[in-house]
Order: sequence, then C-alpha cells, then structure tokens
Amino acid sequence: MTTPRTLFDKVWESHVVHRFPEGPALLYVDLHLVHEVTSPQAFEGLRRVGRRVRRPELTVATVDHNVPTGDRSLPLDDPIAATQLDALAHNAQTFGVELFDLASPRQGIVHVIGPELGLTQPGMVVVCGDSHTSTHGAFGAFALGIGTSEVEHVLATQCLVLSKPQTMEARFRGRLSPGVTAKDLILDLIGRIGTAGAAGHVLEYTGDAIRAFSMEERMTVCNMSIEAGARAGMIAPDETTFAYLEGRPRAPSHRDWGRTVAAWRHLPSDPGARYDRRVELDAAAVAPQVTWGTNPGMVTDITGYVPNPGDFATADERQAVERALAYMALTPGTPLAGLPIERVFVGSCTNARIEDLRAAALVARGRKVAAGVRAMVVPGSQQVKAQGEREGLDRIFRDAGFEWRNAGCSLCLGMNADVLRRGERCASTSNRNFEGRQGAGGRTHLMSPAMAAAAAVAGHLVDVREWS
Amino acid sequence: MTLTPFVRHTGKCAALPRANVDTDQIIPKQFLKRVERTGFGPALFHDWRFLPDGSANPEFELNQPEAADATILIAGANFGCGSSREHAVWALAEYGFRAVVAPSFADIFTANCFQNGVAPVRLSGDGIDEVLRRCRAGRGVYRLTIDVEAQQVTDDAGLRAPFPLEPYRREMLLRGLDEIGRSLLEEPRIAAFERSRT
Repeated sequence: MTTPRTLFDKVWESHVVHRFPEGPALLYVDLHLVHEVTSPQAFEGLRRVGRRVRRPELTVATVDHNVPTGDRSLPLDDPIAATQLDALAHNAQTFGVELFDLASPRQGIVHVIGPELGLTQPGMVVVCGDSHTSTHGAFGAFALGIGTSEVEHVLATQCLVLSKPQTMEARFRGRLSPGVTAKDLILDLIGRIGTAGAAGHVLEYTGDAIRAFSMEERMTVCNMSIEAGARAGMIAPDETTFAYLEGRPRAPSHRDWGRTVAAWRHLPSDPGARYDRRVELDAAAVAPQVTWGTNPGMVTDITGYVPNPGDFATADERQAVERALAYMALTPGTPLAGLPIERVFVGSCTNARIEDLRAAALVARGRKVAAGVRAMVVPGSQQVKAQGEREGLDRIFRDAGFEWRNAGCSLCLGMNADVLRRGERCASTSNRNFEGRQGAGGRTHLMSPAMAAAAAVAGHLVDVREWS
Repeated sequence: MTLTPFVRHTGKCAALPRANVDTDQIIPKQFLKRVERTGFGPALFHDWRFLPDGSANPEFELNQPEAADATILIAGANFGCGSSREHAVWALAEYGFRAVVAPSFADIFTANCFQNGVAPVRLSGDGIDEVLRRCRAGRGVYRLTIDVEAQQVTDDAGLRAPFPLEPYRREMLLRGLDEIGRSLLEEPRIAAFERSRT
C-alpha cells in the first residue's frame, strides 16, 4: 500500500520536472496569469537577451491594478498608469499572449477572471505576480504569488524553482451561524494564528464548513491565505467545484469532461495523510469579524472592543499595538460597533464576486447610505458587473446611494484614483489594512460584504446580525 | 540577469526593529507604476520617511544621523510580508542595502531578495537581540560582516552568529547566478516533461 498523500503532495509531485541536487525542484506551471504592474520589467528582461515566452498559450493577461473604475469612454487621466497599460498591450502582442484589456467584456481582477473563464482548474500549478494568487487554490490548484524576476523565469521556462513547502491543515468543525460569512471565518483564523502563522506552509482548509461553501466562499477563504503568511491555500475539489466549472469558456470540453472529472476525483487528500501542522476551529463559534489595527491579524468580533496594548504578552506586541492604535486613531476600550466611518468599499479579489454583491445588496435594499458616507461597489470583473445588472443589483445599490463602478482592484490598493484621503476611516471588504494601503493616512477596517453594506447605511460599524 | 556575486560583505548597520513590516510600507503603491527596475530607492519607506509636506520625518529610524550610509538593515520578525511586489527589494537595494538581518522573513520577499543578490539573513532570537543591542550601543558606527560562504554574521567584537541558507540559494548568491540561464540548461527535461503530459 502506498503512503497516504495530501492534496498538495499530489499536485506537487505531478509537476516536478527536475530536482536540483542542491534542494529545490523545477516545477512545471500550467497557468501563468499576468497583469500590468508586476510584468513590464519581466518582459523587458526577455527582450534584452532575445528570449521568447515558452508557452504563450498557457499565459493570460489582464489589466486590473491601476485601471480607472469610472467612465471608460474617457482617456486615462494618469499618464504613468497609461504607460503601464500600453506596455502590457505591446508586450502581449509582441510575445503572443492573450490580453483582456480595458475594452474587453472579460476584463477584471486577475483572480476573478481566471476562475470565471474556467482557466483555473483542479490539480494545476498556477502562478501570478501577485500575492493573492492563493485565491485559485479554492479549486484544488497549487496557486502562489511570485515576484517579477520569477515572472520572467516562468515566461522563459514555463517552470518555477521552488523548495517544497510544508503542509498545514486548518479544519473547521461545524457550520457557520447566520450572519457569519467565509470572510469572518478566514479573518478569525488569521487572528488566531497571526500574519506569519502559516509561513513556509501550504494551508489546506478542510471540514464541514468548507464543504458547505460555494466556490465564491472558498475563493474568499483561499484568497486570504497569504495574510496568514502561507505560501498557498488549497481546498479539495468536489461536486461544487465541478458544477462551477462545467461549461465555462476555458473549462475542459464536453467531450473530455467525464474523463477529466474522473481524474480530478483522485486529488483530495487520502485518509490518514500526514500534515506537518494542524489547527482545528469551531466554525459555529465564529462571530462577524472586524479589524481594528494595521495588519489582518489585528482583528476581533464586532461585539468586541479596541484592545489595550498592556494586555499583550511581549514588548514587541505592545509596541506594535500602540503604533497601530495611534495610526488608526483608536482608544483602548472603545466598542467597535458604533465606530463612525466616512467611506465604504465593496470590492477586491477577496469579496467582489456575484455572491458578495448579492449579500451586500440584500442589506442595502430599500435603505439609504448614511449622510456623510461615500460608498462604492466595484465588481470584480465586467462579467460580474453585467450579471449584477441582469439581477438588478445596480439599481438596489444606486437607489441606496452607492456608486456602481467598473471592474478593477480599485480602493483595495488605491493605485488608481480610488483612494482614501488622509484620516478617512473605511469599512472595506478587501484583504489588507496595512498603513496607507487604501491611501496615505487612510484607516481601513476589514469585514464581510454584508457588514460593510450595513456600516454604509448606519454610518458606523454595526453587527449585521441585529439587522436580520 | 547576472548579479554581483555576494561572498561576504562588511558594512554599517541601521536598525528598524518593528515586527511585520509589510511591502506596502517598504514601497507604497503610488510608486509602482514605473516600467523599469530602477528609480525606487528614493521612495523606500516613503510614507514613514517623509511627512505629508514632503520633509524628512525626524522620528523615522532611517532618518537618524547614525543610520546614514548603512548597507545592512536590522529588522523585526516577518519582514517583507504582504504584497509580492519585487519593487520592495529593488528599493532596498537601490537605497544601498546589501543585506537584511531579521528573525524571520515572508516567503515571497525572501525569494525576491535572492533574485536580486540581496541577502536575507535569518538569525535566531538570541542572535538578533544581541546584534540589535550592539547596534544601539554602537551609535552609528556598528559594522557587521555578512559571510555567505561561511553562513555566519560576525563583528569585530567577537560576535559570531550562524544563519541558514539553502545550498541552491547560497550558490546563487556566491556566484551571482542568473536563475533563468541555470533553468534553461534543463530545457531537455522541460521538453520531455511536456511530451509526457500530452
């Protein structure tokens, strides 16, 4: 009998092209996603020494990080951003890479369009010059973010040099309570294990709560694996995965479907497979989460309070909390519910898929954004936007006073015009509350789409469970 | 890209003893629109280094007179977490840092360091505490030697602290290797792998 293997072991072992005697493996890449910000230097590197893209047909590009989300009939008013978009268009054409550009109905955040097109599939190795590539692990792929030099390496060789990470199982017992979402689950985990809690490891999420999740919810969970420091996050494929993929434009054809799915069914971790580390959580005990500090591990229940630096164990932690509270302009002991906000962002590769927008719309329906609050909804892709409009979500949001915008990364990292002003406090469905992330001096509170929509209406942070 | 080999380096230290310094702090997003690998040094730690009016923030560690001309950054745990942006390493290198010494680093940041010949030197808790203590006591004249070949950090007052390096990465640093060139030597294996899957 063979040794039981994890999902990750199986994907890793089937992609090793060569093991270097000095340690790492040359790992084959099935799908390389490319965007405008981390690729120009990589293409330039190829050009300088006359290298080609080895497998352009396994490489797909889009524009998302710096694109405007307002009126797209107007020329870009940011000449440096325009240069970066032009560079990608030129590089895609020169090297024969497919590009979903600003004019494409398929344009969107790279981690939203990959799954949406059916490009992301179980058992693949997926890379992109973006840390949130972990999102694609929701399909049972090994998906990881890489730097620009590695982007160049993958373009040239279709391989990545990587030492095998360790594995960590995060098992969620039971089911989530009403009003609690996948976002709350992953924030709760990061709060418990910390922002370096899974460093050097591939996280595999297991348990009843994960099995019950839709693909959108699974993507939200895997997306934030990097915020726990993980190399990647993965969820074993099952009927939910197959049903999501079937019929998508780049999914295996109808003719190959049965054979492909049969192969995918071998991917889940074998009974008795060994993980290097394990953590187990009670999903039913998770409450809606909201961050109070300047990294995603600085998080607590919406019913909680701004913590006191003195309550932390080490001098390093106390110093970090003091610095975070000073930046966030928060006083220890303040209840988080009731904290006034000026901005709301529903968007990002974490929470801008159709289910996220539906959840926010359900809260916004028939209500109004509070006076003095600017709230925006930025769909993850133009396809999500179109779907939202077919369902009338745009009307619900607009009637409530939300802005309904075009797809892109937008206020998650503020590389375009969508930024917080200094001192503004934002209820955000994105993934990072780092200092200045949404704009220099801006203050970010991470939460679920329903919680963000409720905050928009109330004008302050609020426990959405009281509304249902 | 061929790099300058890194066998050993002796240089002045600057301390930034904060945990979880993310790449958004190392190089904020408003500077990521360049299409070159250069031009990021002046924006290193921008939002910490400069006040909103553009003047130097006198409280920031790297703006202290004793941090001038440092080539080795002593940092806190989980340095370089967050975004995969290699621009963070380009900024550190262009500013003048040849090595970062910390108790731990984020995974993608570590990979990006090796690609650019910047040494991510991981010291044990005791080792980093001692280096920090000596750096503070040295008041701007504390120098370390990062010896990649011997995998140890030393100073001229008897400190000797080992650090781990994967043999492959050590070799890359020592020889200034171009990783793409190295991998392309395996082209026949890549081609065979591709044939085996179709």
